[in-house]
Amino acid sequence: MDLVVIVSVIISVCAASTPLLLAATGELVVERSGVLNLGVEGMMIIGAVTGFAMAQVTGNPYLGALAAIAAGAFFSLLFAFLTLSLATNQVATGLALTILGLGLSGMIGEGFVGQPGIKMEAVNIPFLTDIPVVGKLLFGQDVIFYSSLILVAAVSWFLFRTRAGLMLRSVGDNPQSAHALGIPVIRTRYLAVLFGGACSGLAGAHLSLVYVPQWVEGMTAGRGWIALALVVFASWRPARVLVGAYLFGAVTIAQFHAQALGIPIPAQFLTSLPYLATIFVLVLIARNRRMTLINTPASLSQPFVPDR
Amino acid sequence: MTNSTKNTGSELLTVTGITKIFGTLKANDNVDLDVNTGEIHALLGENGAGKSTLVKMLFGSLQPTSGSIQWRGSTVTIGSPSAARILGIGMVFQHFSLFDALTVSENIALSLGESVDMNDLAQKTRSVSQEYGLPLDPGALVGDLSVGERQRIEIVRCLLQDPALIILDEPTSVLTPQEADKLFETLERLRDEGRSILYISHRLEEVKRLCSRATILRHGKVVGACDPRKETAASLASKMVGADIDIVHRDNAGNTGEVLLALNSLSMPAATPFAMALKNISLDLRAGEVVGIAGVAGNGQSELFDAISGEATQNNPDDVVINGQSAGLLDISERRNLGAAFIPEERLGHGAVPDFTLSENLLLARHQSDKDRFLKLGKIALINRAAVKILARKIVEDMDVRKSGEDPDASALSGGNLQKFIVGRELDRNPDVMVVNQPTWGVDAGAAARIRQALIDLATSGSAVMVISQDLDEIFEISDRIAVISDGGLSAPAPAKEMTRENIGMLMGATHQATSDGSASAAGNEEARP
Repeated sequence: MDLVVIVSVIISVCAASTPLLLAATGELVVERSGVLNLGVEGMMIIGAVTGFAMAQVTGNPYLGALAAIAAGAFFSLLFAFLTLSLATNQVATGLALTILGLGLSGMIGEGFVGQPGIKMEAVNIPFLTDIPVVGKLLFGQDVIFYSSLILVAAVSWFLFRTRAGLMLRSVGDNPQSAHALGIPVIRTRYLAVLFGGACSGLAGAHLSLVYVPQWVEGMTAGRGWIALALVVFASWRPARVLVGAYLFGAVTIAQFHAQALGIPIPAQFLTSLPYLATIFVLVLIARNRRMTLINTPASLSQPFVPDR
Repeated sequence: MTNSTKNTGSELLTVTGITKIFGTLKANDNVDLDVNTGEIHALLGENGAGKSTLVKMLFGSLQPTSGSIQWRGSTVTIGSPSAARILGIGMVFQHFSLFDALTVSENIALSLGESVDMNDLAQKTRSVSQEYGLPLDPGALVGDLSVGERQRIEIVRCLLQDPALIILDEPTSVLTPQEADKLFETLERLRDEGRSILYISHRLEEVKRLCSRATILRHGKVVGACDPRKETAASLASKMVGADIDIVHRDNAGNTGEVLLALNSLSMPAATPFAMALKNISLDLRAGEVVGIAGVAGNGQSELFDAISGEATQNNPDDVVINGQSAGLLDISERRNLGAAFIPEERLGHGAVPDFTLSENLLLARHQSDKDRFLKLGKIALINRAAVKILARKIVEDMDVRKSGEDPDASALSGGNLQKFIVGRELDRNPDVMVVNQPTWGVDAGAAARIRQALIDLATSGSAVMVISQDLDEIFEISDRIAVISDGGLSAPAPAKEMTRENIGMLMGATHQATSDGSASAAGNEEARP
């Protein structure tokens, strides 16, 4: 394989990894605040359909992406209201959100099935993009790709370098103590959930505006679940989410190439590889109790009701 | 009611007619309290008397239903903990409000109102902690620290805000006697600097030593004020309880029989990063005796209890021998069936299921050991609810459990009453071996006396009793022999008469292997029988 082919493979890995990275980074923030939102898949597909629809109506994929962010956040607000204000079970509510999102997106997207999409074009910076070999890799990708990398860095900085991030982690570790110190537990968790929803929405938009610029029902195809697994895989560390997302993205792409090269492995097996990897990693991590205990938000998925 | 005791300084805080109602319960009923500058003021009362509710209102975590708070002469509303901090009120919580997964300086940063530079804060933490004799490493992870160190964090972070009033809720319940002495020195120093301290404690000796005034609460009302220095511990206790407390009697001096529980070189690795490994623990527990296990929290007490109860099983069957049978590989129910009974430290969630009724909790604990009594129709195992309820009622009567309703949820009972029920539930089986962890933690004086007496009576009747407790008064009150757990190892048990607070304190500080005192701690052998 020559360099150009390698670069184009890397670029396709980036495209496959970006939605995973976005959704997982958002969910990481949510879980760091002690909330487990299993509705990632649902928020993602709502983002995908909204982004696609908005781009169709306005002809502008960037407006589509903004609409997807708003729709993801708005959809997560439902989850936040139920689990935080009404203290419902987070696991059940999250699952319901996924099922609702899949159904709702099918209904909204009915009229868009089969329509050619509007692709968000890659950026083109004169000279830089034209640098041989690496130019296209570094300076010739879509805006969402760059946003995802900036987002990981920003989340890492926010969580471990700012006071607000410290407060968010404290809420996830021990909401009772945080409340006693006067930290607004419920408000912090609301904001975290909304942020997670926005990230999932953008991840969905990447699917329907960049990765496969069209609308297909159920097009998230379990990526939301992989994103959830990634957060555990990364033991709630943003940098490790980055590694994990690209690992899973690479597995996805490897599976296409293996099929194209006629390697005699059933396609179904390769398609299932990311999920097998998820299970493998989950088992591996569950064995390392020490690491998990120190990194896991201790109050994860426990509802908090302040005593008044 | 008003405080008539003479005022030493000017009034800092005056609480007038404060009332707090939860549903139908009056947690505070028209409470008056005043605290002067530069005094240590005690707030006394049994559990459930309303002390915590009152201080939560002073710290802004709860809002009073009615009444007013005056601070430095002007009426204030304390809407939140940060408002309290701005006024100059700091609080050290009974259940520490710390975050295990964060470092010491991160924990401190969270309680300061504004953004701070972390390096700067680490500097300040170090200097304040040294100045007041409370050494702390700002970079350490809180989950790795002992309870005493955690309390230091609470105090240091309180001091960093330069408060005029510091509220301390049961500060010494988790400290060694030496650590407590150090704390008292710190508190006296703070008082001499002109700060005021509101001191909540069950321990009347401490209150007598430290405090110049006391306000006593009972059932949410102020029932009196006094100068603790002029009272005796007994007179203070009867003011709190409103009646004289029974003194625990023990009169089976040294009539011990065969070994009913033996631990043979029991070692267990730490299960979690925050747990303690058990190191080579050996102990013979004989019929008719109470062995007290003293020690500061977090030195392996819960791990030891889990290992004996079967919550954590051993690899070697002979590590734990109950009633002459090797039990190391057996689970909890199997160990119960050998005649052992266990009372864990956590009442809710461990000793009882919070959302189950008392009778259901009774059944859960005993459906194995008392199959014939509570289950019908052989293998189908239908529950005989009537039989369960009758026994639950009997236990409630025997142990004087105060509850509302016929068969309430476990979580609806106060800590002391639930503990009485759990103790009663286990005693009713007449176990040969009883192992109890922190039997009277957070239990009021009346209920604690009753529980201790019940444990002693059980031993007198020929059972072997092991009590793991951080409360030295309790250990001395009921034990025939005393051993000290420290850093996961157990000192050789010595007769209670030969033990003093000082040598227990020494043993508490011992890291194992090192024998600090030849007479009491030839670590790891089974000698020193009474």
